Amino acid sequence: MALLSIRNLEVVFPLRTGTIPAIQDVSYDLEEGERIGIVGESGAGKSVSAFAILNLVSQPGYLSSGSIVFEGQEISNADDETMRRIRGNKISMIFQDPMMTLNPVLTISTQMEETLLAHTRMTREAARSIAIEKLRAVQIPSPEKRLEQYPHELSGGMRQRIVIAISLLTDPRIIIADEPTTALDVTIQAEILELLLALCNDYRMGLILITHDLGVVSQISQRILVMYAGRIIEQGNTREVIASPAHPYTRGLVGALPEMTRPGRRLNQIPGTMPSLQSIPTGCPFHDRCSHVTDLCRSHRPDLVSGSRRAVACHHPLTG
Amino acid sequence: MSSDTLEISGSFRKRLLDSPVYYSFVRNPTAMASAAVLASFILSSALAPWLAPFDPWDQTQFDIMDSEIPPAGSDGADGRFLLGTDAMGRDMLSTILYGTGISIVIGVFATILQAAIGVTVGLAAGYFGGRLDSFLMRIADIQLSFTTLMVAIIILAVFQTTVGPRFHEDFAVMIIILVIGVAEWPQYARTVRACVLGEKKKEYVDAARVIGLGPTRILYRHILPNTFSPLLVISTVQVANAIITEAALSFLGLGMPVTKPSLGALIRNGFEFIFSGAWWITAFPAVVLVVLILSINLLGDWLRDVLNPRLYEK
Amino acid sequence: MIAFLVRRLVQAAVVMLVISVLSFSIQNHLGDPLRELVGQSVSEEIRDALRTEMGLNDPFLVQYWRFLGNAVKGDLGTSYFFKRPALEVIMDKLPATIDLVMGATFWILVFSIPVGAFAAINPKHWFSRLSMGFSIVGISIPVFLTAIFLIYVFAVELGWLPSYGRGDTVTLFGVWTTSLLTGDGLRHLLLPSISLASVILPLFVRMIRSEMMEVLETEYVKFAWAKGLPRQRVWMVHAFKNTLLPVVTVGGVQIGIMVAYTILTETVFQWPGMGFMFLEAINRVDTPLIVAYLIVVGLIFVITNTVVDIVYGLVNPMVKLVGKHDEQ
Repeated sequence: MALLSIRNLEVVFPLRTGTIPAIQDVSYDLEEGERIGIVGESGAGKSVSAFAILNLVSQPGYLSSGSIVFEGQEISNADDETMRRIRGNKISMIFQDPMMTLNPVLTISTQMEETLLAHTRMTREAARSIAIEKLRAVQIPSPEKRLEQYPHELSGGMRQRIVIAISLLTDPRIIIADEPTTALDVTIQAEILELLLALCNDYRMGLILITHDLGVVSQISQRILVMYAGRIIEQGNTREVIASPAHPYTRGLVGALPEMTRPGRRLNQIPGTMPSLQSIPTGCPFHDRCSHVTDLCRSHRPDLVSGSRRAVACHHPLTG
Repeated sequence: MSSDTLEISGSFRKRLLDSPVYYSFVRNPTAMASAAVLASFILSSALAPWLAPFDPWDQTQFDIMDSEIPPAGSDGADGRFLLGTDAMGRDMLSTILYGTGISIVIGVFATILQAAIGVTVGLAAGYFGGRLDSFLMRIADIQLSFTTLMVAIIILAVFQTTVGPRFHEDFAVMIIILVIGVAEWPQYARTVRACVLGEKKKEYVDAARVIGLGPTRILYRHILPNTFSPLLVISTVQVANAIITEAALSFLGLGMPVTKPSLGALIRNGFEFIFSGAWWITAFPAVVLVVLILSINLLGDWLRDVLNPRLYEK
Repeated sequence: MIAFLVRRLVQAAVVMLVISVLSFSIQNHLGDPLRELVGQSVSEEIRDALRTEMGLNDPFLVQYWRFLGNAVKGDLGTSYFFKRPALEVIMDKLPATIDLVMGATFWILVFSIPVGAFAAINPKHWFSRLSMGFSIVGISIPVFLTAIFLIYVFAVELGWLPSYGRGDTVTLFGVWTTSLLTGDGLRHLLLPSISLASVILPLFVRMIRSEMMEVLETEYVKFAWAKGLPRQRVWMVHAFKNTLLPVVTVGGVQIGIMVAYTILTETVFQWPGMGFMFLEAINRVDTPLIVAYLIVVGLIFVITNTVVDIVYGLVNPMVKLVGKHDEQ
């Protein structure tokens, strides 16, 4: 039994102009201690699919169907209190922009201790010592001093370390990291990624890493899910997917990696843009950008064909 | 030539009908009702000289013997006076029609004056920044902290005692427009400044500067159009506020004189009679005033929701 | 922080200086103190001698300097009408105005925070829609109309509450009178304080609602939810504390607005406070009293604004690094 098992998840946004499906038919498993990466362009539904696990999709979106089983318990229809006990406790999150994630008017100690006090009966002193321990774990120098500071007194990289420390406080089973390095400088990005990887190994935590950067995923996650227009179009072992992408879109993504281009040559781009969620074309959502398109692609949407854990939603998957 | 204009107006019409503003307007009963009420007020007060049964500014047309006649439907009503008469024997309906006009004119022109001053100051402060900016914004802060009503009361009190009530009566409308216009410019200045600061960072402004356009041209042709929606939203609120301020000043006896009463002056006029039971002298102008302001505020609320400008308030 | 404080105090002093110049010019140009003293019947020579003796022929700056010196000592001239020092007259009236402002502040604080916060958290709830509807109607009714309406209903028609005056008062420490401590005084205060609150309360409700709705959409509030905090903590600590910052700043300005509106409220209810006195002074062309009122009110405005800015500085941790107006 997987630690987290998601089946046929669908999240919709009812808007004035009609109901828009942000994600459809998303299914995957996460084993204990496993690291997976969800990749896609912005608007592909990768963040929504992660926020949906904790029932934190922003208004007016909501989870319209599907099941989420965590530690053997169905939580897609759980009440608020049950979800609260899971959030930040068993499953915690790391947000994109550390400049915006921490509350500007509360000290670091308040923002760390409150998380512990919300989930465990303990004294403030006990919470404080755990906070210091976790700040050390994310390699923050003189943590006692940092605790008394406000977020604006710290650098971006430092803040993201603190956000990671907060997510570690309760020794969660899973961390969901939503573009954790996008807002940071390139040098700091690498440090934060290494830190995340080391922590996941040390604490045996599962990781769901959401990113638009295939390079980031390839460094960290064992498995990869590629999303396009609200659906998973390809999944499998990271090394296999990158070495031999089966979906033309994935191949486009891999081809666009700077490492795949010879110096002095133009970067390979995928022509066109992803369709907006309001106007997903019939058939395969990728068909009008695909160089292998056939009539079948225009009329019938390919399902995710599962060959063990490697799967692709394409009528004409690439081989080799 | 004529086909040209036709085409332009045709495309304007199409653009209007396709715009989200129009879409939301025809689906919002509150906005439509407010617009209808407001339009009928503006129209009826503009046509007051033809609609009103009497001319309330002409002393020969009313008689003290007709004073305090209750409105139609009450005991002692007089067929000539649908809404009754005031203590001077003036027809309430006529005075209200004329008074509404005065209130609207003052509200609109005071707002135009505020906008003219505030937009200029805001553009200058936002575009040039630095010491000029902090100096102008400090003045705006200080003036705002003293509030329009207070500033207006003081200026008018001093003015009235210096030049004497006679002069004041003759130029009351202009003086009040001037006072409210000058006292309330910081609202516009702050909004425009915040917009300019937001727009200035964008690349098109750099582009305009690089191709050698002067600051005035960049400000008026490139930045100002982008401040349009927030300005439109605060303008509705400002007209409503100016009308309220005028009413308050007139109620205190510092605004429009009794001989040319605005709605506020009419209410002041009737206030002393509510204890003796002549409620209509206060009640009718009061209802008109509140409905007028409410319709403007509701329209403003709707506009704010539709245009949804990030109102830079601080 | 100290630089911030000093800058704020210097600014307050500059504003007071400007107010004093304006007030002095008014005193200098409004009405003729000589006529008030000796009437029209005195010859021009004696008038001129008197002028020189009173220092009215001195250069403007000399006269202003004397005015300033007297003002600092608390001498703001003598009221023509009351024949008493103007400052003394104002100090007599000040407690009544403070009572009124305190009464209105009570209503505002008790209702605006819970209603505004509730409407932000549950924007679709019927109560939120109702209170938003009420607030726009409230904003659209001028304060004097609310006052007249309340008088008409509760004093004239129902006869439940008094329509004018302050009622019984208690004298505290021999100098300060208040109607907050007697039943009769509170009965008298009820309608005026509600009228005064009626302008500001809807503004506060709307402001708290919109600020808090904006804060609820921020990343740090989403993160607070993701940390699994209890909802009360997310709302009251994470969201509300950040809502308070802008509310405190605007709230300071609203205190100023309230002082201006006391003139209207006191006039309708014939409340024996500063505002009513000021309007009477205008009608009587009692220049020293007008000037004294301007200076006292100016002082109240400057003090509240300075205090609000400093409180803002204390609540907002960011101000320690940069001054509030040096953002960006």
